[in-house]
Amino acid sequence: MEHALDVTLTVNGTEARRRIAPRMHLIDFLREELGLTGSHVACEHGVCGACTVRVDGEIRRGCLTLAVQCDGRKVDTVEGLSDSGELRELQQAFHERNALQCGYCTPGMLLTALELVARRPQARREEIREYLSGNLCRCTGYQAIVDAIEQVLEARRA
Amino acid sequence: MNDRTTLELLEKPEAPAKPRVDTGYVGQSVPRAGAKRLLQGRGCYVDDLRFPRLAHAAFFRSPYAHARIKRLDLKQALRSPGVIAVFDGRAIAEYCSPWTGVLAHLKGIKSPPQHAVAIERACWQGEAVAAVVAETRAQAEDAVAKVEAEWEELPVVTDMEEALAGRAVIHPELGDNVCFSRSHETPGFAEVFARADLVVEETYGMGRHTGVTLEARSILADYNAAEHSLTVYQATQAPHMMQDIFSRHLDIPEANVRVICRDVGGSYGIKVHVYPDEMATAALSVMLRRPVKFVADRLESFLTDIHAREHRARVRLACTRDGRILGFELDDLTAIGPYSVYPRTSGIEGNQVVNLTGGPYAHQAYRAKLNVVFTNKNVTCQYRAVGHPIAVALTEGIVDLAAAKLGLDPAEFRRRNLIPDDAYPYTFPSGIKFEKLSHHACLDKLLALMQYAKLRQEQQELRAKGVHRGIGLAAMIEVTNPSPAFYGVGGARISAQDGATVRLEPSGMVTCLASVTEQGQGAEAVFQQVCADAVGVSIDKVRVITGDTGTTPYGGGTWASRGAGIGGEAVLQAGKALRSNILDLAAAVLGADKATLEVRADAVCDKASGEARLPLAEVGRIGYFRPDTLPLKFQSELAVTRHYTPREYAFTFTNGIQASLVEVDTDTGFVKLLKHWCVEDCGTVINPMLVDEQIRGGVVQGLGAALLEECLYSAEGQLLNGSLADYLVPMTGDTPDIVVAHVATPTAQSELGAKGVGEAGTAGAPGAVMNAINDALAPFGARVTVQPFTPERILRALGKVR
Repeated sequence: MEHALDVTLTVNGTEARRRIAPRMHLIDFLREELGLTGSHVACEHGVCGACTVRVDGEIRRGCLTLAVQCDGRKVDTVEGLSDSGELRELQQAFHERNALQCGYCTPGMLLTALELVARRPQARREEIREYLSGNLCRCTGYQAIVDAIEQVLEARRA
Repeated sequence: MNDRTTLELLEKPEAPAKPRVDTGYVGQSVPRAGAKRLLQGRGCYVDDLRFPRLAHAAFFRSPYAHARIKRLDLKQALRSPGVIAVFDGRAIAEYCSPWTGVLAHLKGIKSPPQHAVAIERACWQGEAVAAVVAETRAQAEDAVAKVEAEWEELPVVTDMEEALAGRAVIHPELGDNVCFSRSHETPGFAEVFARADLVVEETYGMGRHTGVTLEARSILADYNAAEHSLTVYQATQAPHMMQDIFSRHLDIPEANVRVICRDVGGSYGIKVHVYPDEMATAALSVMLRRPVKFVADRLESFLTDIHAREHRARVRLACTRDGRILGFELDDLTAIGPYSVYPRTSGIEGNQVVNLTGGPYAHQAYRAKLNVVFTNKNVTCQYRAVGHPIAVALTEGIVDLAAAKLGLDPAEFRRRNLIPDDAYPYTFPSGIKFEKLSHHACLDKLLALMQYAKLRQEQQELRAKGVHRGIGLAAMIEVTNPSPAFYGVGGARISAQDGATVRLEPSGMVTCLASVTEQGQGAEAVFQQVCADAVGVSIDKVRVITGDTGTTPYGGGTWASRGAGIGGEAVLQAGKALRSNILDLAAAVLGADKATLEVRADAVCDKASGEARLPLAEVGRIGYFRPDTLPLKFQSELAVTRHYTPREYAFTFTNGIQASLVEVDTDTGFVKLLKHWCVEDCGTVINPMLVDEQIRGGVVQGLGAALLEECLYSAEGQLLNGSLADYLVPMTGDTPDIVVAHVATPTAQSELGAKGVGEAGTAGAPGAVMNAINDALAPFGARVTVQPFTPERILRALGKVR
């Protein structure tokens, strides 16, 4: 390798040490180095949100973040957040409402939705649509996704 | 004028569709079992696969729309770190034979042979010219940057009219730039138009756009030299079609080729074609005797995924002064890029426009002319709703224009002219036959659902306040469940039949292997429902397997809204046959008359009393492990395969109608989509939730076409917007809530009665939006007819910009 840096990331609670090229994106680090293929690559420049992961508790575009920028930081992906149960309510609502078809956008959509549910507990449909406006879904037409998130919010508000 | 009818409709309880399959899951909104793994990030798309010795391909692509390759120097690329091999088109052609995208039933269609990697000449920007294989994708891309090429630029044809005029011919050996043309005229056409009280004419333009699957095209080919076998993991809609194609073009026996299609990240027709870089990847695996993967990046997707719908169509409509449509005339011109795409051809879309224009209306005079021309842009082919969005938009646009000239309400004008619901079977002037449609029931339901009269009143009130809302209607017909008339009769090795194997497992569970593939639309879920009902088991006992030519029956796969209607019928018949075989075994074990038994709730029961007499786990145990206890001559058959092909009609047409409510800002030209409605008749609804979601997703793709999406090319044939920052697709904030309702007219051709639905939304939405915008603009005497309806085009129509 022409030039490499040592990095240590805590991914889904487990420490990962690797020697990587500085140009490697976080999404490629997760997928190629760690085999965490749940987060996806689609537009490759931050428009579609398919690569959305969480870095130190904030959602980030995995395709716009370099892995070396995450040295020493905590990264959470759909795999970890599924195993921990953090996504369970949203996943159940998405399943019941068929708020996904091909599923390629879904991990990114769920991570964005998780942040929305935490930060905007009072959100109504319009605000949900606005919060999700950085996540592209080409299959569903979004309505079922909005319905599912609304259902989770309403259940929490009840 | 609709108030009375509307009220009656609202008060009337909905007539339930006659159930076609006895009991249970069919007709229920059962959530998809397969969605659970996708929700946890545990899906398996091609790019998720990991193989020993996996190599990665990247392609050096033509920067020019049309140029001769004078010199190609691969030496620097070959020396780049991690590179395993670099090949030009000639080297790859040694392993992969070229193809020609023509079909016999599209008379006169022509196209030159196309290679996996260009030889001598590139005909569009983005055409692959050399292939690099390296240990990682990043290294392959680094090496691509080191390929050196010297080019001689050739004349570029990008404009459709220029292409038709033929001053520069892209493929001189073909004589001109016309790939395919078709004319159609009903007897007495000219007289009908000459005698008509009113003839209206308008020209419509549709922007070239593309599918934008979120998962890019992906393939992993794994050649085993010891067996001379090829296993291909591919994001595809048609595994068996691809098996045949890999076999023939790579010269590997069919039985040695296995195509596996696991999770697919969106298809919409994009992933049902033969792509040169994917064929090259398979060839590279053979050449290098190791697994090779290629996943298109987003720029490659825009440059090489099939585009569609670049049309310019002049349309005329003749009618009487009391509002009866007498006939339609169409002159359609479409440009398809430099090659007709293999194996479906790029002639089908235009052909569909000819078949479908005027389709919902009772008229008998029709003249159509179609020219399909070559240009130096990316190729076009079948994308979701193939031809329908064009035919619907231009039909519904001209219908609205005629209604306006006559001073008739658009809904009333449609009511007078839609083919009556009792007129079937009906032969349309383009020659196609409709089994049974329900235009009027759908129209009535739509008008009630949207409270049409109230909306009209509201529109008037808002106009007075300077708020410009528009209401647009678009009736439609849709080709679904195609028979072999679509491709097979033209010589394409594309299966119109599909199969299902249903097997009782020893534990009493049921496995269903189906040839139709899952692309996220829910094929596996509806097969699970149909299978559970057909056998008589609970749905959690059924496991569905699709997407593997090595295990499933042979079939066409997923396209042309055929999965549920054709694949579902095969599952139903296989499930019923298995049930019968289970009863044979149970009768033998119990010493009972088969006629007194039935399978219900995972057990063989006595029909009269409902008493469970033999659990299916016992049937399985005896059938597989203790057949010695059965009568000597009795052989149990606990796996059954059945196939289904629709034959009576070339296509099982569906129908529906959509409505759009928009608000146009006449200062900025921006269109706000306020609401959208769709009433659709897909026959038996197997899973209402999945059907509605298919429609909604389809509608939103149509909304994108109407307002946002266009692949823009410069006059030199350079794609100007090859990224998702520049090519806009609908995002959450752009889309309205979409109300969906159904009229159910099951097809009598099959026992299941299901017609297709996957494309309906996309077919009708652009026409509805166009009519809504023009309705909003009507007070200004302005009209827009060229999609997408950008703010610029709307402001031009309003005379606010030049």
